[in-house]
Amino acid sequence: MNQSFETLVYEIRESLGMALAALRTNKLRSILTLLGIAVGVFSIIAVMTAMGVLVSSIESGLSQLGVNTFQVQRRPIFHSNDPRERAKIRKRKFIKYEQGLRVKENATQAKAVGLESWQFGRIVVTPFGNKTNPNVSLAGEDIEGFTTNNWAIGDGRLFTSEELSAAKSVAIVGMGVVEKIFPKMDPINQTVRIDGEEYQVIGVIERKGGMLGGNFDNFVAIPLTTYFEVYGKDRDVHIMVQSTDRETYDDCIEQVRGILRTARHVAPGDEDDFYIFSNDSLIERFNEVTYYVRLGILLVSAIALLAAGVGIMNIMLVSVTERTREIGIRKAIGARKTNILTQFILEAIVLSEFGGMIGILLGVIAGNLAAVFLEIPPVIPFDWAAIGFFICSIIGIAFGVYPAWKASNLDPIESLRYE
Amino acid sequence: MNNSEVINLQQIIKTYDMGGAEEVHALRGVSIQIRKNEYVAIMGPSGSGKSTLMNIIGCLDTPTSGLYEFNSVNVSEMNDNQLAKVRNKEIGFVFQTFNLLARSDALHNVELPLIYGGVTSADRKRRAREALEHVGLGDRIHHKPNELSGGQRQRVAIARALVNQPSILLADEPTGNLDSKTGDEIMQLFEELHRQGNTIILVTHEEYIAEHAHRIVRIRDGMIESDQTINKRTPALADQGR
Ligand SMILES: Nc1ncnc2c1ncn2[C@@H]1O[C@H](COP(=O)(O)OP(=O)(O)OP(=O)(O)O)[C@@H](O)[C@H]1O
Ligand SMILES: [Mg+2]
Repeated sequence: MNQSFETLVYEIRESLGMALAALRTNKLRSILTLLGIAVGVFSIIAVMTAMGVLVSSIESGLSQLGVNTFQVQRRPIFHSNDPRERAKIRKRKFIKYEQGLRVKENATQAKAVGLESWQFGRIVVTPFGNKTNPNVSLAGEDIEGFTTNNWAIGDGRLFTSEELSAAKSVAIVGMGVVEKIFPKMDPINQTVRIDGEEYQVIGVIERKGGMLGGNFDNFVAIPLTTYFEVYGKDRDVHIMVQSTDRETYDDCIEQVRGILRTARHVAPGDEDDFYIFSNDSLIERFNEVTYYVRLGILLVSAIALLAAGVGIMNIMLVSVTERTREIGIRKAIGARKTNILTQFILEAIVLSEFGGMIGILLGVIAGNLAAVFLEIPPVIPFDWAAIGFFICSIIGIAFGVYPAWKASNLDPIESLRYE
Repeated sequence: MNNSEVINLQQIIKTYDMGGAEEVHALRGVSIQIRKNEYVAIMGPSGSGKSTLMNIIGCLDTPTSGLYEFNSVNVSEMNDNQLAKVRNKEIGFVFQTFNLLARSDALHNVELPLIYGGVTSADRKRRAREALEHVGLGDRIHHKPNELSGGQRQRVAIARALVNQPSILLADEPTGNLDSKTGDEIMQLFEELHRQGNTIILVTHEEYIAEHAHRIVRIRDGMIESDQTINKRTPALADQGR
């Protein structure tokens, strides 16, 4: 190869011009082909952008957990489809309050350990007869649980450690409940009744919003001790742990796992009889669930791109025929096969890239409609945009190579004679 | 080196197979030697094989049989890349129909051989501009072919043929598409190029054009009918004579 860099630079410039000229002269055919590429790339980019948005919505703290926080519970948060797996999980023992306390005492890597237990589908009633639907969640919480849940007190206050140890009947309510039963009233110091027990409202938790249409504001929190007195002490407890920082996060998970295995007498080599989930594992799980969606989209895209590739080949073949004489001239004055080959392949790539650009642009916009919907910042998936461009180049090469090869093998004298 | 043979053709045959038993014998055994700084006119009736011969000499076409040595190298043994290099560096071809790239301006057309020759951009522009000035088109370098007259187009084509300083300049009826006045101007240009030391082979129908040359080769039915050197003083001899 003594073809110089200069020649290549020239060929790239030339091919750009040629590709644009081909686009101009074969408008309809070009538009159809570019549309194919655009659709293929669009569907990939749109879906990947939407996925990116959802993942970042999990990461941006719309999930239930605070930063650097993971949660330990008896069951996985997503149900398994395997009946044997489900039976095994059903047989697991509750995580006991004492085990939670063991973690609290021994987890040196943790900044905060929150313990909580939940009752679902409760009704909250006011003395003057307002009541919620039977869909309110009731949390027994300790004080650190507010940190690990990322709950911020809006009005009023958190319960004190004295109130916690004395098992006072106080409650902190979420905005969903406030809106339902105290629509025009200051909820602080009101009384509410849940499952026949009366609680004094001492605080309101700031709105958290909802992820994927869920609602994290429709709940009431009471001291964990009070909760045990009302619902019994042998309740299943969630342990939430916040590590000191990002770096110690993984170590912290391992430490807590070790403490719990000991506390729950898990034999070495046996698998955990509890489930640890973090934002990472949520995202992982999310990716698993959406795997088939992505696979389907990928298939559709592949078909669209294949069709578009054939279109590109068609345009290129026409272009080669139309420019037979030009090829003859170029060869007559010393173009080698590789010069012609490169020029036409580059032209195919430029064509394909052009459609890809449209697809990427529209895909990013469409994918970010999810972001608008969820009211979170838009995502620009640079990696997928790069992959999109890469795919277009591959298509340009794959479907441009034959026409380019044909062009490069034209006989100089015959192409000069071509009318 | 001055008198060495640039072109050596021995028994060149070109037969077109038209399918079936039909064959066209375009060249039936042409042998000719052309030395450096010769100015040769090839003449003959239409269909006699002049263009076929020129295309073979220009390495655009390959003979069916026979020996072709270019600067003492056997052309039939060259591969595609070597042929491309010879066309690029050693041969300047001027066509009857100009064969310029329609979308490119004069400068770019002249640059093209330099591009394929791997000349860097700045050098390329300078040399292309010089070549255009040389043929009297210094003020038309940014005109596209359709913005130039026929004579000007042919000058661009000549500049393109000369820009790589080839061993030989081939012209197949370069004035065929021009009126006689413009044709004369082009012929004067060739004469000047010859005086400057270029080797030229030119195909023409017109006797008065052939008179510019120093050697006239007549072809009929694919064979050389006559090969006469006109008794003019060659520029080299003229220089010695003074
Ligand atoms: N590609 C081809 N296929 C078949 N026959 C051909 C081909 N090219 C040339 N010929 C034949 O070869 C013969 C010589 O053609 P050529 O073009 O060399 O003639 P010419 O002397 O240049 O004529 P003119 O003066 O008209 O240009 C002609 O009979 C022509 O029909
Ligand atoms: Mg001819």
